[in-house]
Amino acid sequence: MSDVQTAPTSSYDVASIREQFPLLKTLVHGKPLVYLDNANTTQKPQRVLDTLWEYYTTYNSNIHRASYQIAERSTHEFEMGREKVRGFLNAKGVEEIIFVRNATEGINLVAQSFGRTFIGEGDEIIVSAMEHHANIVPWQMLCEEKGAILKVIPINDDGELLLDEYEKLITHRTKLVGIVHMSNALGTVNPVEEMIQTAHAHGVPVLVDGAQSAYHKVIDVQAMDCDFFVFSGHKLYGPTGIGVLYGKRKYLEAMPPWQGGGDMIATVSFEKTVYNELPNKFEAGTPHIEGAIGLGAAIDFLNETGMDRIAAYEHGLMEYGKQVLGNVPGLRMIGTAKEKASVFSFTLHNIHALDLGTLLDTRGIAIRTGQHCAHPVMQRFGVPATGRASLACYNTREEIDALARGLIRVSEILG
Amino acid sequence: MNTGPEGCTETHLSAVSQEEHAAEIEETFALFDNWEDRYQVLIDFGKKLPPMKLEDKTEISRVPGCQSNVWLVADVKDTESGPVVVFSADSDASITRGLVAILWYVFSGQPVEKILTFDIDEFLDRLGLIAHLSMNRRNGLFSMVLRIKALAASRSRGAQEV
Repeated sequence: MSDVQTAPTSSYDVASIREQFPLLKTLVHGKPLVYLDNANTTQKPQRVLDTLWEYYTTYNSNIHRASYQIAERSTHEFEMGREKVRGFLNAKGVEEIIFVRNATEGINLVAQSFGRTFIGEGDEIIVSAMEHHANIVPWQMLCEEKGAILKVIPINDDGELLLDEYEKLITHRTKLVGIVHMSNALGTVNPVEEMIQTAHAHGVPVLVDGAQSAYHKVIDVQAMDCDFFVFSGHKLYGPTGIGVLYGKRKYLEAMPPWQGGGDMIATVSFEKTVYNELPNKFEAGTPHIEGAIGLGAAIDFLNETGMDRIAAYEHGLMEYGKQVLGNVPGLRMIGTAKEKASVFSFTLHNIHALDLGTLLDTRGIAIRTGQHCAHPVMQRFGVPATGRASLACYNTREEIDALARGLIRVSEILG
Repeated sequence: MNTGPEGCTETHLSAVSQEEHAAEIEETFALFDNWEDRYQVLIDFGKKLPPMKLEDKTEISRVPGCQSNVWLVADVKDTESGPVVVFSADSDASITRGLVAILWYVFSGQPVEKILTFDIDEFLDRLGLIAHLSMNRRNGLFSMVLRIKALAASRSRGAQEV
């Protein structure tokens, strides 16, 4: 539809990437699926599916406790999954990688363990106006329990944080900053490195919600210097039900366990129970074994494809999409930050988002409609809901063209 | 294109039976075999829905279970041939308004006994709507049906008690 100059991604063979994702061959209403709901969850490459199959067909067994061969293997593969995550995030040690169910659970763990230990009455927690509910509600629950105060960094009309206001919010009572790396509702990529420096200058630790960023950007938690980082496996081309909390060792060691049970203990007696070392201290009960192994396979896929190459390809796709969607009459883009990635959140004339999603579906186009678990963002922009198309490593310009044509057709139908 | 049963919007106290309305809707739907066109039919049904008074769109009249907003105000009116249910409804989403219109066509102005016995699930299934609607919309639709049927049932019981 248009000719946008993009980063050199000529060596990026999207057709061969797509070949690795069997679900992308699905027909919807007899039409090829155009899957543009990746911020919600991504599809899985064959190697992840094969890994899950192999686990259940050849070595399914519980980890950390058996003395037979297949259990040795499941333990080894599970811990390899942890090592792959460590490498993926460039964390210092595997003890800093805690497996949880998803990014949401990672944040809740920090709120319940770190928060209940180190945050008290009158203390302050800072989040931003573009947070997902997952990085709002756990803190509100903590504030309610402890009498702490939640402060909110405002955003401008482009969907960018007001950094001056952020700095003003930090006081001697600030105990934690929780900030989204990349907004699921706007696509904004926040300058977390700079924000972390600011917080650290005041001695305040920072949690980064990387649910959206981890599969679009190269993540280096040491370079970023965040104190906590969370992400979900299912957005990273991995299985659902597995997520990661990275925490700096000094914090994780100071934090009490948040769930009790097997695997998180060293010794148990009715007189005294001694907790296990990191990371097991935070992983009570049988974990999502195949999830961790499958996430490792997803990371193998990303490493082989190259996170930097994916980021460059997706950037080109987004620039193309901005131009193509910008030409759709009646489309208002919500979220026009200079630094943004992979998310197009928009309204079309005054068409109800649900109608938009339903009519696009008849053409095989899958987008998310609604409020994206970010009600405050919708309130900030004065829209009841948006349609959201979000990109992943396997999307193409043709799919963006199909979306644009679909939107024009929806306007005609509802015009 | 002919999109919507003729004459349905004229009056609440319809002389046309439920079955006739239902048959008309079904015939119209049958003219189209792809869902984009069927949604267009639904949207056009919705456009023929009599407007709901703004003051009737309240938190109380809002039907729970919808991703889009649906409002419903229903009442029982006595006529010479017995009590009939009349209602006024609307939605802020066009396709949902079309679904509301279908319910309006087959339910509004009909005798309470007919409303209780008409198998709306089967009818919507025949139109293919059950299979095609998202869970959200289905829940909203069924919440609406429940409200209408509950009203009809309360009146039906009341009539028996008198």
